[in-house]
Amino acid sequence: MKNPDDRKYIKDHDWVKIGPDGLAIFGITDYAQDSLGDVVFVELPNSGSEISQSTSFGEIESVKAVSELIAPVSGTVTDRNDAVVDTPELVNTSPYEDGWLLKVKMSDASEIEGLMTADEYESFLANEV
Amino acid sequence: MVPFAGWDMPVQYSSILDEARAVRSNAGLFDVSHMGRFELKGADAATLLNRIFSSDVQKLQIGRARYGLICNKEGGIIDDAILYRLGEERFLLVPNAGNSDSVSDWINCWSKASDQVNLEIVTSQFAMIALQGPSSSKILSRLTSYPLNSIRPFRAIETMVSESPAIIARTGYSGEDGFELMVPALDSPMVWQRLAEIGAVPCGLGSRDVLRLEAGLPLHGNDINADTNPYEAGLGKFVDPDRKDYVAREALVDIHRGKSRRKLVGFNMVGRGIARQDQVIMSGETRVGIVTSGTISPTLDRAIGMGYVRSDLSSASTQLYIDIRGRLVEAEVTKLPFYSRRKSE
Repeated sequence: MKNPDDRKYIKDHDWVKIGPDGLAIFGITDYAQDSLGDVVFVELPNSGSEISQSTSFGEIESVKAVSELIAPVSGTVTDRNDAVVDTPELVNTSPYEDGWLLKVKMSDASEIEGLMTADEYESFLANEV
Repeated sequence: MVPFAGWDMPVQYSSILDEARAVRSNAGLFDVSHMGRFELKGADAATLLNRIFSSDVQKLQIGRARYGLICNKEGGIIDDAILYRLGEERFLLVPNAGNSDSVSDWINCWSKASDQVNLEIVTSQFAMIALQGPSSSKILSRLTSYPLNSIRPFRAIETMVSESPAIIARTGYSGEDGFELMVPALDSPMVWQRLAEIGAVPCGLGSRDVLRLEAGLPLHGNDINADTNPYEAGLGKFVDPDRKDYVAREALVDIHRGKSRRKLVGFNMVGRGIARQDQVIMSGETRVGIVTSGTISPTLDRAIGMGYVRSDLSSASTQLYIDIRGRLVEAEVTKLPFYSRRKSE
């Protein structure tokens, strides 16, 4: 699967995209879902929670293992995707669309600038794997 | 692929859960060539095995297989294994991959100079393929003329599969009907490919672990080890200590006579989360046990696990809490196995 160009990526295999309403949308990458295998639980913070860049905002658990979810940017959670909490396999089947995790009102819009583009993320993957 | 006891093993081919479902509904194919294969031949093979195997080898008939334990002098479980009697003086022992060395050391330790027996480790000469699931018989019948119905559970025969000589055993580690095939290593890719073409779904280590746990089968290294004994692990029925030369006899008789401090139990998760190996089991404020295995069960659609708990908390419906990374999640003791297949026939 091609990583979409309309968003940014971090080394922890999460993506962030600015939606039409200006909110930051978070999710995990196709590489991440593929490495985890069948996702069975997703733990997400409630609306109103404060999260900060590069720290854990939740947990994602597959049959194989548990991983921390790492925030690509800081801000306040405005929305979480309850569909993935109820149907965690959405993260596997649609990591870039239906499997999004959180919407966040960013506290520092400049944070997104330093993140990787899709091309940069792909070179990062190519070197890491 | 992951390294596993010196072998590169696939965790999954497609999806762990899909592979496990395929075994329950149709048939799955596992490369279990990592399991040890020891051939013991000679007039004293049965006598030697009888010193180290937990059940009476002298009573094992030709063409039959038996699950048993290899225990140390203290009664701790060095390994669990399947022993096949292929002839009056010919046996095949299948220990776990990670324990092959300790099992062969243990056998050598108890063999006497006067024993007429030859131990040959044939692990790399033969591949082992497990075909598991309700369609196994239908699938395998396409590749052999041997009447598979005549091979009842825990029996093994020698015949041809495709153009390859093979041992076919009606054994497995999934809780389903199925077969384990031992074929010469060079023939194994062809046999694997034929079975897959007919419809057996390639399955990795991940689904193998899910299936064995659903079936309540212990995994050595997780649920049993050299510090656990057969009685606390619920494996007492596989122990026949009433044999003069059996090396673990005294320890096991003592353990059986005494009271178990702890027992291996199965539990269902009531709260959200999967219990993982080494997590602490709590009752109220007290630490009462340790998780040995845990997974999500696609067959039962819930998280399940096994662990050792204080004996007084081991009865079904007892409420426990698992410390999952600092969060106490409710669980309930349940009878093993979690899943057993409906017996047709």
